Amino acid sequence: MAKLDVNGRMHEVHADEGTPLLYVLREELALNAAKFGCGLGQCGACTVLADGEAIFSCITPISVVQGRKIRTVEGLGTAEKPGPMQQAFIEAQAAQCGYCIPGMMMRTQALLERKPGASEADIRAALQPHLCRCGTHMRIVRAAVRAAELMRGKS
Amino acid sequence: MAVALAVLTGFGGCASHERLEPIQQPPSFSREAVAKGAELAHLGNCMGCHTAEGGKAYAGGTPIKTPFGTIYGTNITPDRDTGIGGWSQDAFARAMREGVDRDGRHLYPAFPYDHFTKLTDEDIAALYAFVMTREPVRQENPANRVPIPRAFIGVWKSRYLERGTYQPVAGRSAEWNRGAYLVQGLAHCGACHTPRNAMGAERKEAAFAGGEAEGWHAPALNSASPSPVPWTVDALHEYLRHGMADLHAMSAGPMAEVVRDLSQVAEADVHAIATYVVSLDTRNDAERKRVREAALARAQASKAVQGNVTYDGSCAECHNRGRAEEGGALELPLGTALTIPTPRNLAYIIRDGIVPPDGERGAWMPAFAGALTDEQLTDLLIYLRALSGQPAWPNVAAEVRQISRGH
Repeated sequence: MAKLDVNGRMHEVHADEGTPLLYVLREELALNAAKFGCGLGQCGACTVLADGEAIFSCITPISVVQGRKIRTVEGLGTAEKPGPMQQAFIEAQAAQCGYCIPGMMMRTQALLERKPGASEADIRAALQPHLCRCGTHMRIVRAAVRAAELMRGKS
Repeated sequence: MAVALAVLTGFGGCASHERLEPIQQPPSFSREAVAKGAELAHLGNCMGCHTAEGGKAYAGGTPIKTPFGTIYGTNITPDRDTGIGGWSQDAFARAMREGVDRDGRHLYPAFPYDHFTKLTDEDIAALYAFVMTREPVRQENPANRVPIPRAFIGVWKSRYLERGTYQPVAGRSAEWNRGAYLVQGLAHCGACHTPRNAMGAERKEAAFAGGEAEGWHAPALNSASPSPVPWTVDALHEYLRHGMADLHAMSAGPMAEVVRDLSQVAEADVHAIATYVVSLDTRNDAERKRVREAALARAQASKAVQGNVTYDGSCAECHNRGRAEEGGALELPLGTALTIPTPRNLAYIIRDGIVPPDGERGAWMPAFAGALTDEQLTDLLIYLRALSGQPAWPNVAAEVRQISRGH
């Protein structure tokens, strides 16, 4: 039985060790923020953090991330008390259909934790592996820039 | 030692050239010459060294790491002060053929004049027309960090620079000769695909036996070609033109940039290059068939094997489908990155994926940086190598550690 550390809580999961992390998050742990988009690591909707690094959870078997701290959007705050990343995406109204947004948020989170002073150019480069079919890219970039401000303590 | 150095320096000093006077204004050029030059600039991948990432076209500044230090690509826009705006066509031709700048100073052979010396007068004139009609960019680039005096380059040239335009080989087709002219000259394929000696010169006796490019291994193009399925002219043509061909891995690393250039040039020239390169592999048909069939059998077998959780969970989803299926990718035993002498290329590809430049379309593979630890990547590389049917790589763990430290 595999043990996974997700959002600061240890979980014992029943899935086979080769199961993609995404399936375990959604189906066993009912953490539905990360989305299944392509299943091939090509769209970014499934992105979560492992020890602070953004990874595609759809092509990462749980055996690979055992012992690492996994974080999903659920770990960034709640609907009642959104964290700065979530607050920024709400302020910028960055979501249209919203399917790609959790991946965008987690990739941005990884970038800003590593580089709090990240520029808009850094953000655009970091978000390169993510697709948005609605075309809200400009709002997403604005939200990410705003998240950087909020995380630096600017209101 | 001091005497030897003095002799070397003295010799180099004698070999330096006269300064050519600046021209007041570039001449005018025909539209045809500029268009031809544009295509030739793609064939020569001039931007590879003369355009920095995110920088202005042809303004230089690209760091080129050599075993002797870092050299920065020069500004070849027609800016008078920081570019080559004052260069006459004679000065340009001299740089291309002799490796000497307008002031008469030796140029480091990172600028591949040992290849460009083979160019015809017409092609040099067209390249001159092209660069002199670019937008002038005023940009000083960082000074080279090479602790070797330029005078020494004279000695290097006397030993390794074989001057002279390409001479067609009798008994070979016009297309083959066109390919040889391009490959040996402007396209300077040997600069990466031929191993270099301790002096940084290409080892002519080992031409196209495999070399190095920006930390990547550039596979052998001769009979030692590690391509699991031996190249045919049609397949290589397809690959050079589009970065992907049936039964072959897609282009990655420095070669992906070359392919983007070759997508911009005349189809006939790419076919000529493929014709010449495939002729370097002199294995007979029976041997090529045997190698090909063995590779295809390994590819088929690899789909059935389970045994590495990382492979099964991270790679198999695409690579066990094969290209014929939607979302499928090449069966990995057909990938050259598995059969070359070093795990580096494969490690780079797994870590960084294969990603087209911003805003451009192209073949794509996701990056696994962050997902795999050094140990997991090492295990995966060892597993993949075994799929290729080649003897194990030595020191995979050490190579992976080196790569993850940024070397």
